Amino acid sequence: MADLPTTTTYLETSQQDDTGVPSPTINTRGRFLLRHERTPQFVQPAHMSSGPSGGGGENTLYFVLVGATCLAGGAYAYSTLVGDRERYQQRITEIESRSSKPAAEPSTPAKTQPETAAQAVSEPTEEPVSEAVVEPSIAEPVQEEAPVPEPAAELVTEAPAPEAVPEPPVAEPCLAEPVVEEVTPEAPVLEAAPELVVASEAPAPETPASEAPAPEEPAPEAAASQEPDSGAPTPEAPAPEAPVPEVSAPEAALEESAPEIVPEPPVAEHLVAEEPVTEALVTEAVSAEPLPAAEAEIVPETPPVTQSASEPASAAASTAVEPTHAPYLLIGGGTASFAAARSIRARDPGARVLIVTEEDDLPYMRPPLSKELWFSDDPTVTETLRFKQWNGKERSIYFQPSSFYVSPTELESVENGGVAVLTGRKVMHMDVRGNKVKLSDGTEISYDKCLIATGGIPRNLQVIERAGDEVMKRTTLFRKIEDFKALEKVSRELKSITIIGGGFLGSELACALGRRSADLGLEVVQMFPEKGNMGKVLPEYLSNWTTDKVKKEGVKVLTEAVVKNVTYKEGKVEIKLKDGRVVKTDHVVAAVGLEPSVELAKSAGLEIDSDFGGFRVNAELQARSNIWVAGDAACFYDIKLGRRRVEHHDHAVVSGRLAGENMTGARKPYWHQSMFWSDLGPDVGYEAIGIVDSSLPTVGVFAKATAKDTPKAATEQSGTGIRSESETEAVAGSVAVGKAAPTPPPQQKEDYGKGVIFYLRDKVVVGIVLWNVFNRMPIARKIIKDGEEHADLNEVAKLFNIHEE
Amino acid sequence: MSYCKQEGKDQIIFVTKEDHEAPSNAELVEDDPNDPYEDHGLILPNGDINWNCPCLGGMASGPCGQQFKDAFSCFHNSKEEVKGSECIDFFRGMQECMQKYPELYPQEDDNESAPSGEAEAEAVLPADSTSSDSVSASVPTSEEVASGTESPATS
Repeated sequence: MADLPTTTTYLETSQQDDTGVPSPTINTRGRFLLRHERTPQFVQPAHMSSGPSGGGGENTLYFVLVGATCLAGGAYAYSTLVGDRERYQQRITEIESRSSKPAAEPSTPAKTQPETAAQAVSEPTEEPVSEAVVEPSIAEPVQEEAPVPEPAAELVTEAPAPEAVPEPPVAEPCLAEPVVEEVTPEAPVLEAAPELVVASEAPAPETPASEAPAPEEPAPEAAASQEPDSGAPTPEAPAPEAPVPEVSAPEAALEESAPEIVPEPPVAEHLVAEEPVTEALVTEAVSAEPLPAAEAEIVPETPPVTQSASEPASAAASTAVEPTHAPYLLIGGGTASFAAARSIRARDPGARVLIVTEEDDLPYMRPPLSKELWFSDDPTVTETLRFKQWNGKERSIYFQPSSFYVSPTELESVENGGVAVLTGRKVMHMDVRGNKVKLSDGTEISYDKCLIATGGIPRNLQVIERAGDEVMKRTTLFRKIEDFKALEKVSRELKSITIIGGGFLGSELACALGRRSADLGLEVVQMFPEKGNMGKVLPEYLSNWTTDKVKKEGVKVLTEAVVKNVTYKEGKVEIKLKDGRVVKTDHVVAAVGLEPSVELAKSAGLEIDSDFGGFRVNAELQARSNIWVAGDAACFYDIKLGRRRVEHHDHAVVSGRLAGENMTGARKPYWHQSMFWSDLGPDVGYEAIGIVDSSLPTVGVFAKATAKDTPKAATEQSGTGIRSESETEAVAGSVAVGKAAPTPPPQQKEDYGKGVIFYLRDKVVVGIVLWNVFNRMPIARKIIKDGEEHADLNEVAKLFNIHEE
Repeated sequence: MSYCKQEGKDQIIFVTKEDHEAPSNAELVEDDPNDPYEDHGLILPNGDINWNCPCLGGMASGPCGQQFKDAFSCFHNSKEEVKGSECIDFFRGMQECMQKYPELYPQEDDNESAPSGEAEAEAVLPADSTSSDSVSASVPTSEEVASGTESPATS
């Protein structure tokens, strides 16, 4: 509309000027104008005489266009010239930084040559000093190296030795110098060999020399990284000549000693490529660490045989052979991390994924730790950690056996990539700008893409933390495999266990222990502040019903119990509640929630969500351009349900998988709604999806109990104790206050055998619980995805066929 | 006869089997088959294989992932009368690789082409499994509970 006045005015003006028929070019507009003639007032005030139409205007237009084009062209040319200089600088710095993290594949040796050259060019300007220092040292060690070509060769053949991060050249001249020509066994590697050769610093015949570099080796780089290697170790351009002769000497020696390692042609090539060699030599000499790394580089393509041969010799330097760079770095070794690793490997063929975990175990799944593992009849279950699934098949809680993973030292070199797990290391510091992390043992690992899947640690009650060592010794914060093993032992040895917490974990553990209580002569107590089990998840009527079921499992349930203080008295842990009740027990299990692990947020500069906790990420689980977060620690935006943080197993799988997809370029938001489930004994098993919060209004549709659905029937089927049976008999006999129902009057204690519960927010279904109804999750997922307002939820419930099995 | 009661903000409805016999009149939104966000089954809308499908378990991502992908792609694209008959080399390569990791790929007697999995697995999969038998490829099943399977239902 804004255009109109001007156009019409223009036209009108032209009309006025020409006082004739509008020119053909403006015919349509002219007609338009005519239509608007009725509103001259509207048009008139916008007097905008744009000058005479026709010849004069056209010329001006031409000049303007041509002038603008010239200006634009000139500006572009200028900016390109300026930008070129900047880009060149950037490239140089990029190459230099890349030299510290060998990432190139051995298959690109050709590339290494020019790069080495480039590096050599830039290096000289940087390290003239270091060179000098290195020179003399090179001379010496070189001689020494000769006699020990064997160990050197072996060291060289070590699995991808970590690319030596450009260590201060001055450091360990003796180490650096052992620039024993690393005779790369492979021909292809030869091209890159010049650097390697130099780098093949024979790990100092002395063990100390090898040890020194070893600890410092951050990450072995594949052979490809060789070129960066040469760049990394502050190449000393100047001293090519001196080292060269020395290099050749050891080379010759090496050749003799390790014929298989030093193919003749490669050596010749080395000598031929003097320039690059010298550069490499220089660089190698500089970095003591790189030496072992260089070896690794050369080795990457070496068949495992050579590597194994070098194992014994490289034993001393084996600690050095660890990755310094991972294209995909996953922090945390839990469910989300594993799902992401799998997703990345499926989508990016040959991907190299490194998982760094604080725990000593390979990735495993948590739900069986509080359910299936306790129901196992196998006495060795704590060792085997195997359980029987719902379909009868047995499996281990570990997602994959250890043979699935490649060793971290081989990650860079293995042909088709793989997943490596670095256990027992915690990531302490994250440098987002530099794309690298620092581990608890000082190692630095750089990455291209990073996933944070650190999960969380169990919360503890303040009263327990303040209660002293004796109480803490008798308290379990249940989450990991070792917690399961410890609690299993406790359940067999002690007489009374108290669980504080009435949520998923607390209730599941209570039921699991309660089941064993009769056999073990164990007293199981559960206490929580809510009115019933799962009080924050299930509507009150259902929560009460569930609490009864838990009690039937043999658990002493104390509801509305708030712990005031905990002390250790006369060999027992004494828990005093606010309302005066006292519980004396042998062991306490605290299941009071999870604290997301967000320590990295500080160093990484990532946002933490104040409402839900955890790292704040967008709908595609991204925190920064190269950083994703998944699992318990991620507070993400759910397009359908809003911002939330979910602590369930399936969510970890779904979000881990999504993060993996997005790390390989999928750019998908959180769309597939995750579900969760819980089993509380033989009567109560439910699956749920979406926001299942008991504070929301709910509509529950239950199948009217028939004789077949009574708990008694269920218990008979599952073969539980007699106590349950007698209880239900008593219930059935009570007189019920029924509504006007022709069928047998509903019992006072209503039986919620099976059904569907809808959770509503503004009349839209945002959560669904399938109560003892299984294999209907896809329908539930669809209803939530639609996000429609349904007038009659009974009609929606019909979709679930709750009466059928 | 079903009845209904209200407990505060929560509504409870009890229904008999007869009540639910009439088909539902609840309206569901129609699904867009080309929705880019949606998780697809084994076969993507453009005909490619979805290597990330939970139904495949870890087959495409393990140490023998590349061999598996080659074999399965060849099989999928095969237009021979006996589907996959020209893919025998790929399958042999895959089998050789898998024999190196007996822990990961236990050799089972029942020849299934992929681990039993999600309801998301297309009908293609059952067809594939019968055909792959003829190619004498014994692809062992590998359990994948981590692939977001439905909850382990209790009996």
